[in-house]
Amino acid sequence: MSDAEREIAVDYLARVEGEGAMYLKLRGDEVLDLRFKIFEPPRFFEAFLRGRRFSEAPDITARICGICPIAYQTSACNAMEAAAGVKLTGGLRDLRRLIYCGEWIESHALHVFFLHAPDFLGYQSAIAMASDYPEQVAMGLRMKKIGNAVMTLLGGREIHPINVRVGGFYRVPTERELEALVPDLEWARDAAVATTRWVSGLTFPDFERDYEYVALSHPDEYAIHEGRMVSNRGLDIAVEDWSEHFEESHVSWSNALHARRKDGGAYHLGPMARYSLNSHLLTPMARAAAAEAGLGPTCNNPFQSIVVRSVELVFACEEALRLIESYRRPPTPFLEVEPRAVTGHGASEAPRGTLYHRYAVDSDGFITEAHIVPPTSQNQLSIEEDLRAYVPGRSHLSDDELQWQLEQAIRCYDPCISCATHFLDLTVERE
Amino acid sequence: MRRIVIGVGNPSRGDDGAGLEVARRVRTRGSYQVVCGSYEMIDVWEGAEDVVVVDAARSGSLAGTVHRFEAHSEPLPGGVLATSTHSIGVADAIEMARSLGRLPERLVVYGIEVQDVTPGAGLTARVERAVDEVVREIDGA
Repeated sequence: MSDAEREIAVDYLARVEGEGAMYLKLRGDEVLDLRFKIFEPPRFFEAFLRGRRFSEAPDITARICGICPIAYQTSACNAMEAAAGVKLTGGLRDLRRLIYCGEWIESHALHVFFLHAPDFLGYQSAIAMASDYPEQVAMGLRMKKIGNAVMTLLGGREIHPINVRVGGFYRVPTERELEALVPDLEWARDAAVATTRWVSGLTFPDFERDYEYVALSHPDEYAIHEGRMVSNRGLDIAVEDWSEHFEESHVSWSNALHARRKDGGAYHLGPMARYSLNSHLLTPMARAAAAEAGLGPTCNNPFQSIVVRSVELVFACEEALRLIESYRRPPTPFLEVEPRAVTGHGASEAPRGTLYHRYAVDSDGFITEAHIVPPTSQNQLSIEEDLRAYVPGRSHLSDDELQWQLEQAIRCYDPCISCATHFLDLTVERE
Repeated sequence: MRRIVIGVGNPSRGDDGAGLEVARRVRTRGSYQVVCGSYEMIDVWEGAEDVVVVDAARSGSLAGTVHRFEAHSEPLPGGVLATSTHSIGVADAIEMARSLGRLPERLVVYGIEVQDVTPGAGLTARVERAVDEVVREIDGA
């Protein structure tokens, strides 16, 4: 088999959000061609944002994703507020962070239990896994439901929330309404600790890469909804300087633009990046869960992202509980935001990585240009480099086994192709 | 015996809204409209013994054909109900519930064969007639 050309093709990747494929051609250990293909058609959100009011951006962009609408709403709000020189403080800032914790819990629970765990346990789906691991699957369902409950209370509904607006919210909850979430969140926090213990005992392929990790960072907290953009290779910039340091290009096999560092190459976004850059700012139980799971201050094995995601689940629950405990209902549900004819930049940490928005707004408050850079499109290059690096030394594996492991490598990123298209099939071809 | 009717579909995609339309019209109290099929359905039917789910179907049969399955006794045949790349389909949610021992005592699934799922289109005449037929059957049951 070693000198023969082989082709491994997955026409339709399972357990990823949206439509994508993988194609790999190799001869022995040598990768001749590799493509992570995103074929889901582009949706032209940036084009139809033009001419809309600045205040409509959070509601329109929320429609880009049913899993992470809060990320879209938050990055859009951040951009519009930055353009107008408004900054949320106090209870409003806490609520923006709290609803985002709900999204992390919902999205991470979905990925850890339903999309990623079956890979390590040898099941094709969570349904197949459920009969042998009913306790874990039921736990995942309940955690997801609790994340959704946070989003529903603050956002009006769990998918494409309608209560988020530029400057804050249409209505803010009472202290008592938030307190009702506490028992479930306490259960979810403890369940997340148990989850971290469980997933840390899974078997991980021996594979590490020296990534450039990029994430938001904030001096006082594990960054979720705001911060400076930093990396482990010296990047430390304000969000508004994104385009000076990153560039996007189109490749023929993807409907999502590839992004790279202008002075470098691929970079890696998401839980592993956040953890590696900001783990010292995790909440106490999350830190303890990470230590017990054997994670150091950084993590470079993408397959262990399931452990890091579980640690972030602990964190998101603890942080939500902390925010609820200190919550005082703000006197007004939102701050007035007057548009100015400037360009606004906003970023936040979507569950799968940094989501950057840029809008040019005219003096009447109409959007003249919109630019949205989702995490999955930024991770494409890193995904392809992982696949390329994973094959050498493993070409003795059968096509089926190799395909299974490569698909797993892709799923480590929790790719959201629907967001990125602006995609997944897998083909491995061996010569 | 607590009974609920759950409609699944997308009201903005023509005939894909058929299940929602049935849930809207039936007299059964406590009918739910679920925009996308998902695991959350398992929570929706928690505590109900008699559950009817109505979804759009895409099996290649004549538009307006009504498929009926007794999902409490056996899994749905693959590839009949319309699925979404963006969430979990009805068949998946039902099989998940079966694995977890959370199926209602009686679970009947109707699939209405679609004709046109163009964004913004309403129900086609054939599907409209099928909706009437399913509503009559549920109300009469």
